[in-house]
Amino acid sequence: MRMPEPNAEVICRRQEIVADLRAIVPGEGIIADVDAMRAYECDGLSAYRQMPLIVVLPETTEQVSGVLSYCLKHSVKIVPRGAGTSLSGGALPLADAIILGLGKFNRILEIDFENRCVIAQPGVTNLGISQAVSAVGFYYAPDPSSQIACSIGGNIAENSGGVHSLKYGLTTNNVLGLEMVLMNGEVVRLGGRHLDSGGYDLLGVITGSEGLLGVITEVTVRILRSPETARAVLLGFPSNEMASHCVAAIIGNGIIPAGLEMMDRPAIHAAEDFVRAGYPLDVEALLIAELDGPEAEVDHLLEKVEAIARDAGAVYVKVSESAEERLRFWAGRKAAFPAIGRISSDYYCMDGTIPRHRLAEVLHRMAEMSGRYGLRVANVFHAGDGNLHPLILYDANVLDEMEKAEAFGAEILRLCVEVGGVLTGEHGVGVEKRDLMGVMFDEEDLKQQQRLKCAFDPDGLLNPGKVYPILHRCAELGRMHIGRGQIPFPDIPRF
Amino acid sequence: MVSDINQDADTLCPRHADDLHDMLRWALGEGRSLEVVAGGSKRGFGRPVSACQRLDLSALSGITLYEPEELVLTVAPGTRIAEIDALLAQRHQRLDFEPPDLGLLFGGPVGAGTIGGAVACNLAGPRRIKAGAARDHVLGFHAISGRGERFKSGGRVVKNVTGFDLSKLMAGSFGTLALMTELTVRALPSPEKVRTVLVQGLDDTAAMIAMSRALGSSHEVSGAAHLPSPVAARSHVGYVHNSGGSVTAVRIEGPGPSVDARCVGLRKILSEFGDLEELHMHNSTTFWREVRDVSYFADAHDRRQIWRLSVPPMEGADTVARIAESQMVEAFYDWGGGLVWLAIPPQKDACHLTVRSAMSSGHATLIRAGETMRGSVPVFQPKLEALAELERRIKQAFDPRGVLNLGRMFDGV
Repeated sequence: MRMPEPNAEVICRRQEIVADLRAIVPGEGIIADVDAMRAYECDGLSAYRQMPLIVVLPETTEQVSGVLSYCLKHSVKIVPRGAGTSLSGGALPLADAIILGLGKFNRILEIDFENRCVIAQPGVTNLGISQAVSAVGFYYAPDPSSQIACSIGGNIAENSGGVHSLKYGLTTNNVLGLEMVLMNGEVVRLGGRHLDSGGYDLLGVITGSEGLLGVITEVTVRILRSPETARAVLLGFPSNEMASHCVAAIIGNGIIPAGLEMMDRPAIHAAEDFVRAGYPLDVEALLIAELDGPEAEVDHLLEKVEAIARDAGAVYVKVSESAEERLRFWAGRKAAFPAIGRISSDYYCMDGTIPRHRLAEVLHRMAEMSGRYGLRVANVFHAGDGNLHPLILYDANVLDEMEKAEAFGAEILRLCVEVGGVLTGEHGVGVEKRDLMGVMFDEEDLKQQQRLKCAFDPDGLLNPGKVYPILHRCAELGRMHIGRGQIPFPDIPRF
Repeated sequence: MVSDINQDADTLCPRHADDLHDMLRWALGEGRSLEVVAGGSKRGFGRPVSACQRLDLSALSGITLYEPEELVLTVAPGTRIAEIDALLAQRHQRLDFEPPDLGLLFGGPVGAGTIGGAVACNLAGPRRIKAGAARDHVLGFHAISGRGERFKSGGRVVKNVTGFDLSKLMAGSFGTLALMTELTVRALPSPEKVRTVLVQGLDDTAAMIAMSRALGSSHEVSGAAHLPSPVAARSHVGYVHNSGGSVTAVRIEGPGPSVDARCVGLRKILSEFGDLEELHMHNSTTFWREVRDVSYFADAHDRRQIWRLSVPPMEGADTVARIAESQMVEAFYDWGGGLVWLAIPPQKDACHLTVRSAMSSGHATLIRAGETMRGSVPVFQPKLEALAELERRIKQAFDPRGVLNLGRMFDGV
C-alpha cells in the first residue's frame, strides 16, 4: 500500500509543532513520546501500521478549532480518529500527520425523550447511547458488531450499519444533527432536533465521508422505543443456493425482518464449536431471521417466514422460545469472527454488497476462487441487505499468504461490482479498498467526488491518502475545458 | 402554464441523456444560463431564476429497471410519480417517503410531479418521521454536472459506503449542481392494513404532547398530524370534517394482526387525551393524502402566503403561538409537530422576520408567494456566513459557471 510521500520539512519541524500545539491543547492532550504513541499506530486493520507525527487529544471544540487553524496555517496534515475500530484503515496514521483523537469527547450532553433524540459528544460509544436511554425503554438503532467499543463520531464518519439496519436504516438515516469544525477552524452546526434543514444536505455528505471533510465535535441522533418483543428463527438449508433463494423470497413477500443473517458451513461449525449456540451441523447454510414488534405481529410473520422457508427447501426450522434462546442464536453469529480466529491464525474480512438475487452465484464463484487460491473462506453476512462478509483464512507466517489473501479479497470485490454491487457496504474504503475504487468508478466520477472535498479542504490536509487512489491538486480539478463555439450544436430538436 | 412549456421556442427539450449532454456543453460554450424543469409542477418553489433559456427534462422519462424482490427501481428524472406509483402498486410496493403532490398548492394540475422534481426538492410526506425523506431513498444516480461532464455516484444497493454519498447532496439541491439522467430509488412493500386513530378537541399544545406520547411508544407510528378546528373543517373525510373541533391523527400501518394489536395499544395511550375515533383503509388514505399535499391551503381561491417550518416536534405549537401574537395565521401540523404549515394573508414582506424570529431553531421556507416576493425575501432559512460560504464553494465544485438554476436556493447558489 503506497501512502502519500511524507513531507520531510514538516517532520523536521516536529519539536516546534509539539510546542505550538501544547499552547492550544494543554496538559496530557499532546502525546509526543514514541512509546505512548504506539497505541495509535494502527486501527482495526492492524496489518497496516505507521507511527504518527504527534497524537493530539483535545477536550473542547475550541481546542479542535485551534488545532485545525494551526494545521492549516502550517500545512500540517490531520488524521481524525474515534475509537480506532475501523476495519479499512481509515484512521491509519501518516508519518507527517498528527492523529486527532476524539476520545476525550466522551459525554452525553442531553437526552430529550419528548423529541426522541440524544445529543452526545463524538467519543461516546455506540452502545453507550443505547445504554443511556434503555431504562426508559428507548435505544439507538444502528448496531455495528463493534458497538461496545466504536464511537458515535466514528459511526458517522463511516456511516456504520449493523444487523438491524435492514429494517431501521444505517447511521445516515438516524443522525439528526452535527457540530463540526471545518479545516479553517470555523465551527458550524448542521441539522438539529428538527428533520429538514434546507440548503445542501451537508449532514448527508459528512456521514460516511471517512474523516476527509471535517472534524465532528457533537452529534444529535434519533432514538426509538424498543419493540415490545423480538423472536429469532434458525433456518437450515442443504445448499447455499436454497438459503439465498429463501432470503429473496422473504423480502419479495413484503416482509422486512429486523435482521436477516446468513452463515455458511465453515462459519456454522466454527461458531458452534466456540459458543454452542445450538446450530444444526448437518446443513450447508443457516439463516437467522429476527422479527420484532407486538407479539401478534411477530407470531404472524414467523408463521409466514416458516412457510416461505419450507417452500424454499429448509430442512431445519427452530424458533426461539425465550429471550435467552434468542440471545443464544445471536451469540453464535456475533462470535463468528473470533470463532474463525480459533481455526485460523489470521483472517481477512471483506465487505462488498451485492443485489440479493445474485447471492447464490457469488457464493458459488467464491468457492471456486477459494480452490484456485488454496485458501479457505467462511461466510457470515447480512443476507437481507446483500452485504457480504467473506472471511479469508490464511497464515501470515507462511510466505506470500497474506498477499494471496489480499489478491483473493480484491477478486471477490471485483466480482461484487461485476454483478451490480459495490466495494464496501459498511466498513469503508479507507486505505484497504482505495486502489480498487477504479473498479467501480471512472476517472470523472472520482474527480467530481474530489472536487467536493476541495470545497471543504482545498489544501488536502484532512486524512490524505484515504479513499481516493490518486490525489489531484484542487486547482487542477477546477479547470474546465469548454470554450465558446467548440461544441457543434446545429440541430438539437426543439419541439 | 405547465402544458405550454414545450411550445416555448426558447425551451430546450432533450430526448435522451446524449442530447442533454450536448445541450449543456453548448450552453456552457455560449455562456447561456439555464432554468431547469422536469414536470414544472414546482416552478414556484424556491427563488425565481432568471436564465437565458429553459431546459425541460420531461422527455427524459421512463422506468428502465424494476426488480420487486430487490426493492429497487431505476428511472429517468422526468418520469411522473403517478406512473411509478401505478407500476409499484401492481406488486404491492410503493415509494415509502410518500412524495407530496403540490400541484394544486402551486395553482397547477394534480399528477404532474416527477421523480426528478421530488428528489431535487427533497420532498417527503407524513411518513418522513418513520421512513425518511427523498434523500433516504435515492441509492445512486448518473448525472451531468454543470461542468458539462458525466459522472455517477452510489449504486443500486442500500448498504453502500463506497466514496462520498453524493445522492444526499443531489437530493434537495434544486437542480443547482448537476442534472440527473437516471436515478435508482428504493421501493418498499405496501402495508396490508392502515388505520388512523383520531383524538378530538385537543388544543395545539395538548396535541403536541399526545403525538409525542404516540411517537415515543413502540407502535411504529407512521404519521402524526394535528388539524386545528378551521383546518379540520376543510377535510373531505366525514369523521374529520364533522368533528366540530380540532382533530389529532395518528397512523399505523403493517400486517393485519399487528395493526389490530397496535391500534388497541395506541387507543390506550391516547384515550386519556380526549374522545377517540378510528379511520379505516379508505378514509385513512384520503386523510393522509390531504395532509401530504397540503390540500387545506390548496384551494384555487386561496391567495395566502404559505410557510413551511421544520422545527423540533415539541416546539411546533409554541412557535405558531408566538407568530399569532402579532399576525393573523392559520396553521396545521405534521410530523408529530415537527412540520408546521402556516398560511398568512398576503403581506409585503411575507412576515419573514416575524416567522423566523418565532423559531428557536429549525428551518423556515417560504413555500408559496408571488415571484417578486420570492426574489426579495429569503425563501430558505438564511445561513451563517461560514456555511453560506461552504455552500457557494460546493456550487462552484459542480457548476463553476453558474449555468444551472443559478440563484434558485440562495444568492449565487
